[in-house]
Amino acid sequence: MSDLKVNVCGVEFNNPLIAASGTFGFGREFSEFYPLSVFGGISSKGITLSARPGNPSPRIAETESGILNAVGLQNPGVDHFIEKDLQWLKEQNTVVIANIAGNTAEDYCAMAEKLSDTDIDFVEMNISCPNVKSGGVQFGTSCESVGAITDAVRKHCKKPLMVKLSPNVTDIASIAKSAEYYGADAISMINTLTGMRIDINTRRPIIRNNTGGLSGAAVFPVAVRMVNQVYNAVKIPIIGMGGISKWQDAVEMLLAGATALQIGTVLFNDPYAPVKINEGLRNYLDENNLSSVTELTGKVQLW
Amino acid sequence: MKYDTRPFKLLKNEQIADGIFDWTVENDELCRLAQCGQFANIKVPSKTLRRPISICDATDTTLRFVFQVKGEGTEIMSQMKAGDTVEILAPLGHGFTIEEGKRYCFVGGGIGVPPLLYSAKQTENPLVITGFRNKDLVILQDDFRAAGAEVVLTTDDGSAGVHGFVTDVLKERLDDIDVVCACGPTPMLKAVAGVCRGKVECQVSLEERMGCGIGACLVCACKTKPKDGEEFMSQVCRHGPVYNAEEVFFDV
Repeated sequence: MSDLKVNVCGVEFNNPLIAASGTFGFGREFSEFYPLSVFGGISSKGITLSARPGNPSPRIAETESGILNAVGLQNPGVDHFIEKDLQWLKEQNTVVIANIAGNTAEDYCAMAEKLSDTDIDFVEMNISCPNVKSGGVQFGTSCESVGAITDAVRKHCKKPLMVKLSPNVTDIASIAKSAEYYGADAISMINTLTGMRIDINTRRPIIRNNTGGLSGAAVFPVAVRMVNQVYNAVKIPIIGMGGISKWQDAVEMLLAGATALQIGTVLFNDPYAPVKINEGLRNYLDENNLSSVTELTGKVQLW
Repeated sequence: MKYDTRPFKLLKNEQIADGIFDWTVENDELCRLAQCGQFANIKVPSKTLRRPISICDATDTTLRFVFQVKGEGTEIMSQMKAGDTVEILAPLGHGFTIEEGKRYCFVGGGIGVPPLLYSAKQTENPLVITGFRNKDLVILQDDFRAAGAEVVLTTDDGSAGVHGFVTDVLKERLDDIDVVCACGPTPMLKAVAGVCRGKVECQVSLEERMGCGIGACLVCACKTKPKDGEEFMSQVCRHGPVYNAEEVFFDV
């Protein structure tokens, strides 16, 4: 029987699939479908230092093979997460990742410090949210700013730290290297691509925020390319995401260089996607006489 | 189990008015869980997002959906055939609250009318006031009558029933009723809530663009202030779609 277990920075995941931040809340709604242990891990909704109401509606628009969203980091704040959600999540027999986002470097550091005193397994630093006015992606678009924020948060974070990168940059490999140099334990990528859709009858953007982040199958080839570029540039593990919708996509992303995977948008179409993807992965390993999913990581042979 | 996704068999797909289609689907597990005012999230071939459609009627083994073709997804749905299999996540959301011993008035506008049918069936001698733009868009009048309702039809252009808005009729009937349950375009809901304010209880069913349909992705936000609670961005798919009208900020 093939093994789906992966180890990222000393943290063991029962399988490589992690529920992507922002598509999964804090897990309770999806636990109605299955035990959350079908996922190797869960990345929480993006948490900020204080509660945020998020953007006005509409916050979502469909695109060809994808969606645009601009939720704007609606969340109850880090203290509420630690008091009300973390314990329950920890009881679900899956790795729990806190996704944090801030307006300032101090926000990120304060949250990293609070979370360091909890049972959280991993911290994912979101410096790539395209849908908030200040903070978010402004930290994630230059090597200097990514280096500075990673350096600062590293000093306050006693947990393994993954840095979630934005694809809305010219050279993602250099940015990943900067995060690695300043202490990131892992890279998660990609966050959404900034996009826009317009209602031709009202001549208004469909999303109230005007722009939103593109996700879903439409972004998959971009994600695969970027993961492979970063794989060839850094030594730390990569958690690959961006449009993974079926088991073949999961294999492809692993071959590109990912050690683990996040899935998100596909859950809106099929909440049972993680069950099906893991089953497909297992069959693929068996058919190819591979004993462990880790044997796929980075095994693409470039021309 | 509160909700789940299952393959349903499409038993019937019939056009009942201009651009409006009437589905009956069958599944042995999920239909009996449906409560009035809830909805389902329907998977459409080739589309990333499911389509949230209100439950028009339910039996232990069937659900009925009456929907309007508004875009590509509903267009595909309109072309599906009896015998097709449809993946449906249901039942979802918080529906209408029905209490015994009260007379209910169901007020619907356009494609907001369908969820009121199953709701009206849960009450005795309901008053149903429905409004449409014109006679070609009128739906479900016979169904409401068959459910024992007193039915009043209005159209904006006077081509069928009373010439005017549902609120014109509602204003004259407030003494006859205890609770109003409304579904329709936001300006109508706001007007209905205004007519009811301080006189009779009013529940409104809202519509918003949705993602997951279960309250996890937070895209279908609506600013609300629960009685005795604090203002917050609630999820229409989970806290709603039905709210007490006094909790909702209509103008955000």
